[in-house]
Amino acid sequence: MKIVVCVKQVPDTAAKVAVEGGKVTWGDAPLVINPWDEYAVEAALQAAEKGGGTVTAISLGAEEAKEALKHALAMGCAEAVLVNDPALAELDTQGASRVLAAAIRKVGGVDLAVFGKQAIDGDSGVTAAQTARVLGWPAATLLASLSLESGTLKGERAMEEGRQRVEAALPAVASIVKDYGEPRYPSFMGIRKAAKAEIPAWTLADLGIPTPAAAVMWKEIMNPPARQITNEMITGSSPEEIANKLADKIMEEKVL
Amino acid sequence: MDFTLSQEHQMAVEMVRNFTHKEVIPIIKEWDRKQEMAPHILPRMAELGILGINIPVRYGGQGFDYITLGLVCEELEYADTTLRVVMSVHMGLNSMAVLQWGTEEQKQRFLTPQAKGEKYACFGLTEPGAGSDVAGMTSTAIKKGDHYVLNGEKMWISLASKAHHALVVARTDLNAADPHDGLSAFLVELDSKGVTTGDIHGKMGVRAGSTGWLAFQDVKVPAENLLGQEGEGFRIAMSCLDNGRYTVGSGATGLIRASLDASVKYANDRKAFGREIGKFQLVQQKIAYMVQSYEMARLLYLKSGWMKNQGMRNTKETSLAKWFATDASFDAAAEAIQVHGAYGYSDEYDVERYLRNSKGAVIYEGTSEIHQLMQAGYALGYRADGDLRCELPAYDADFWQAEG
Repeated sequence: MKIVVCVKQVPDTAAKVAVEGGKVTWGDAPLVINPWDEYAVEAALQAAEKGGGTVTAISLGAEEAKEALKHALAMGCAEAVLVNDPALAELDTQGASRVLAAAIRKVGGVDLAVFGKQAIDGDSGVTAAQTARVLGWPAATLLASLSLESGTLKGERAMEEGRQRVEAALPAVASIVKDYGEPRYPSFMGIRKAAKAEIPAWTLADLGIPTPAAAVMWKEIMNPPARQITNEMITGSSPEEIANKLADKIMEEKVL
Repeated sequence: MDFTLSQEHQMAVEMVRNFTHKEVIPIIKEWDRKQEMAPHILPRMAELGILGINIPVRYGGQGFDYITLGLVCEELEYADTTLRVVMSVHMGLNSMAVLQWGTEEQKQRFLTPQAKGEKYACFGLTEPGAGSDVAGMTSTAIKKGDHYVLNGEKMWISLASKAHHALVVARTDLNAADPHDGLSAFLVELDSKGVTTGDIHGKMGVRAGSTGWLAFQDVKVPAENLLGQEGEGFRIAMSCLDNGRYTVGSGATGLIRASLDASVKYANDRKAFGREIGKFQLVQQKIAYMVQSYEMARLLYLKSGWMKNQGMRNTKETSLAKWFATDASFDAAAEAIQVHGAYGYSDEYDVERYLRNSKGAVIYEGTSEIHQLMQAGYALGYRADGDLRCELPAYDADFWQAEG
């Protein structure tokens, strides 16, 4: 059983992201593995542990994306590969999917490719489905559970409307949601292995594909307009009095 | 000189930080109020490998260096002092002593299950009537054939009621000319007949931890459980303190950082006279002192950790790190309450817990007064550290990380 998990390096969730000079910046906030991808790594590792396989983590990005890969290695992935090429600086999701699909093909013999449900920076949430389309594999997205049995992926999709049981023939692509269960922490043994790991970097030439043309261009990026917010403390001598005042205020402001 | 932490160090810190932020910080206030140790803490620390962080892999540990131990203690005490206390007794005062002084057989029997977290360990030195005056202890271990008979009581023992093993110091020679030379150290299994344990309640701080007593009544301790040689008990106990104090100093550094972070957050949020209180210079002064204390405490313990890695004797440096960091953590927590004003005086915020937790460390593992005497003694030439028969082994990555 060979499983690939795709991970992305993103600004920390606590970072204050803003636009300066037409560029997105997060100041000196640290970069971390995309939190949704940790669930994907967990699902991939559990599938490999149950089915007796190995997990290879792949990331597309610059040199610093190796940190996300090292996190995945420390969690228990057997191998990691960075896809890093200067031509990939301005990719849209479709381009990223073409590159990731090529990397998955280059790994070879992959039964399952796992993604987080979305990345917290771009928030498009379509890379898993697009990669499946490029590979020509079925996509089982938003999975809250996942099992692999005799060449078939079985899982439960967590959707706003409810749950949906799905099955797909392997090889397949899956994306994982938070309901799957808490991702494990990196182990100390894994940390030692990850710290020493030499992570290979593949270029587009290694993948044998041309630079993907972007279908979506980011013409302009701007900060959302600042909102005027005023706070008012509602005080009183008893909880009942405060509650009454709050209720009156809500009616007065026509919130209800 | 290179101040950069290795990637291993940084990732270990991140891992422990994730654990404490997810599993400790959200619930610790509740357990502090209950004056009980949250039942999941010790098993989780064991499961995650924290209880064996700097022990060689061949003895069931994780193979990290002594600096990592300090960094981990800083992270643990940032969340709550009780977690760092676990490391002080289980690792600093007990497991590292077995690594330093134990026979290969003792390492297999005691150190390996402790490093794996299958067994918890504590340290029995202090008695109801003997704290700083170690040689004044009255516990005895009298040799009878192939075992010793242990009698006495140990007080203020962290993990007393949770631990499976204890390193106990007792008097084996009642007639030694120098009472220090009459002490010996033993590895005692706490399920032995004649051992009773209990918890102490009503403590000012470390309320979510386990502090208690050990009582020994005619406990048969096999002769092979003698750690080191007869008469080496005082020297062993002092070497244990070199490691225990390291964890206390690095932990107190985390408490300073916790006070600093809480104060910065509050000073940026709370407004008075139409602006954030952080804009007032006297609040800034308190924050500045916390920054200063944190940086100094961290440098001092990292130097001790580096010396341990090199295999250098560090009694003086570790004493200084412990003395400075614990006093500074008490001051930082008190000032953090002042920054928080009346809210800091209530347990709605964490800073009152920080203050209560900080005070114990100014007393245990050498009071601040003891450390002042030690530092003055070194400076005046009254005190020098002699060689030990067994020094703490220098960190050797190849040896530490080999499977054995």
